[in-house]
Amino acid sequence: MLLEALRLALSTVFRNKLRSFLTVLGIVIGVASVIAMVTVGQGSTAQVQSDVASLGSNLLMIRPGAPGRGPGGGSNDAAPLTVADMDALVRYIPDITAATPGSAKSQTVVFGEMNHTVQISGTDNAFFGIRGWTLAFGRLFSDGEMRIGTPVCILGTTTSEALIGEGNPVGTTIRVGKISCEVIGLLAKREASTFGQDDNDIVVMPLKAFQRRISGNTNVQSISVTFRDGASAEDVTAQIQTLMRERRRLTGDQNDDFNVFDMKQISSMLTGITGVLTGLLSAVAAISLLVGGIGIMNIMLVSVTERTREIGIRMAVGATEAQVLMQFLVEAIVLSLIGGALGILLGLGLGALGSYALNISFLPDYRIIIASFIFSAFVGVVFGYFPARRAARLDPIEALRHQ
Amino acid sequence: MTQSGQSVEAPMLELRHLSKIYGVDEAKVFALDDVSLTVRKGEFIAVMGPSGSGKSTAMNILGCLDTPTSGHYLLFGTDVTGLDRDQRALLRRYFLGFIFQGFNLLARTTALENVELPLIYQGIPADERRDRAMEALTKVGLQGRADHRPSELSGGQQQRVAIARAIVTKPGLILADEPTGNLDSARGREIMELLVQLNRDEGLSVLMVTHEPDMADYANRIVTFVDGKIQSDRVRDHHAA
Repeated sequence: MLLEALRLALSTVFRNKLRSFLTVLGIVIGVASVIAMVTVGQGSTAQVQSDVASLGSNLLMIRPGAPGRGPGGGSNDAAPLTVADMDALVRYIPDITAATPGSAKSQTVVFGEMNHTVQISGTDNAFFGIRGWTLAFGRLFSDGEMRIGTPVCILGTTTSEALIGEGNPVGTTIRVGKISCEVIGLLAKREASTFGQDDNDIVVMPLKAFQRRISGNTNVQSISVTFRDGASAEDVTAQIQTLMRERRRLTGDQNDDFNVFDMKQISSMLTGITGVLTGLLSAVAAISLLVGGIGIMNIMLVSVTERTREIGIRMAVGATEAQVLMQFLVEAIVLSLIGGALGILLGLGLGALGSYALNISFLPDYRIIIASFIFSAFVGVVFGYFPARRAARLDPIEALRHQ
Repeated sequence: MTQSGQSVEAPMLELRHLSKIYGVDEAKVFALDDVSLTVRKGEFIAVMGPSGSGKSTAMNILGCLDTPTSGHYLLFGTDVTGLDRDQRALLRRYFLGFIFQGFNLLARTTALENVELPLIYQGIPADERRDRAMEALTKVGLQGRADHRPSELSGGQQQRVAIARAIVTKPGLILADEPTGNLDSARGREIMELLVQLNRDEGLSVLMVTHEPDMADYANRIVTFVDGKIQSDRVRDHHAA
């Protein structure tokens, strides 16, 4: 009997294709949005997590400015950091294993006909270790280059490809802002991107060269330090704060005019934000599923009215209430499952497209696909029940008389 | 009671002091007023009467589509008065066949599928269903139209499909509500002849509502309703006609 109901439902649904399609469109859109949201959301969560891994472990970052600003906090009037601060951190806090200064500025770089705008970083060789970079070609900065600030640079693969093309750029000379700069190395490409920026689009030069030729001052925008395994981030942060307050001559009642970021913590916060956003968007999408369900109920009610005579005929030849109920319920479920299936296909398509556009990995989750399918069936049951019950409760005499 | 005392066999159906009342208090209307009727197996009864005389109400109750307000309805010796909707649906499914004035076939469904419909609800397997539906279509002379939809058939042919649907379950009783009402008289006669033939050859009992005396002449008993009561009940000498 169930098989008959299924066969009947399918033939009814496919007899009126356009109407059936429009009926299930709400479900299609609802399921597609949920799947697309969750797919893209999980892709970006995975991205953030791999960003965390790419940041290296036990990493803290010190920046001038009152706490409360993000790691990209803009200009502020706090005293800048210096190389001396960095040296002091390494010398007086034994838990700190390495430190690297960092200053960055966006500049146009030119090679031949090609030009490209990129973030120029001034730092030292410790930067590569702390940030987990390795060289594909060439060499790191020499002590001499670091000391006197020779304009040499190491490129990321994206920058190198944009300017020079594929292959080894070592030995060429590019122009950075107003200065000529010899390329001495190429960083190995890495897949991670830090919070949406392409990590491989980078030009690294010795800090002193950057300060003299690009920024024109001796400031250091940030100091990144790594601490030994076993030391806690909170503990090291407290030590850094004490030392820095001392160096910046802050008295007891003055607030910090610098802040120390635990990059891991920021990353996990971002993961959380991504999760919350995904959840919220999915909730909105789920509401459209609800609306889709109401659409199905509406059409099923119309269908019951239109087919009142058919129902009367079926009752006259001996269909029980349960059988009529089953017929219309199965039809609603078939409709919503078709909607669900179309929605899953569309959602995966949109998810793939979105992942490609956002340059994150496409991570379809079979659990959410199964859940969508089950939820579609559930919508069919819930919103099909009322019209089906109405059909089942019809008086056969009235139904047969219906025109 | 019009019992001829010819048999000890229980009557096919029996109405005992049946009343159907619509409305309450002053607005009370007696659609059926203390009606008693006995029908034996193999009878072909025409039910006549002006509109509002209660004949349709009687047919609905006899067809287990409606329930009386008081009195008893015995079908095959069993009191079915107090049965609920589903139990009545089962009675219709296994023991009754319906023919309507407006044919009431499922549109966009072939003749064969229409005839199969009652068998689906009986849970008959598809193969057997098909064979039995074909057999019923053959009995009404439409074996060549099995794949036609109602819209591709003439009125007379549609009514034949409806008759095939009514007899496919081999019911004890066929209830026909103005079966010739939507047909011209030639087509109407063909339908009546078919019903007479089925009544004679298959032993089907037929209860038919009609307001056309010509059609009532085909029956071997004519029951006339007026104002919710049976006004006359006469057995015709059919074969002399």
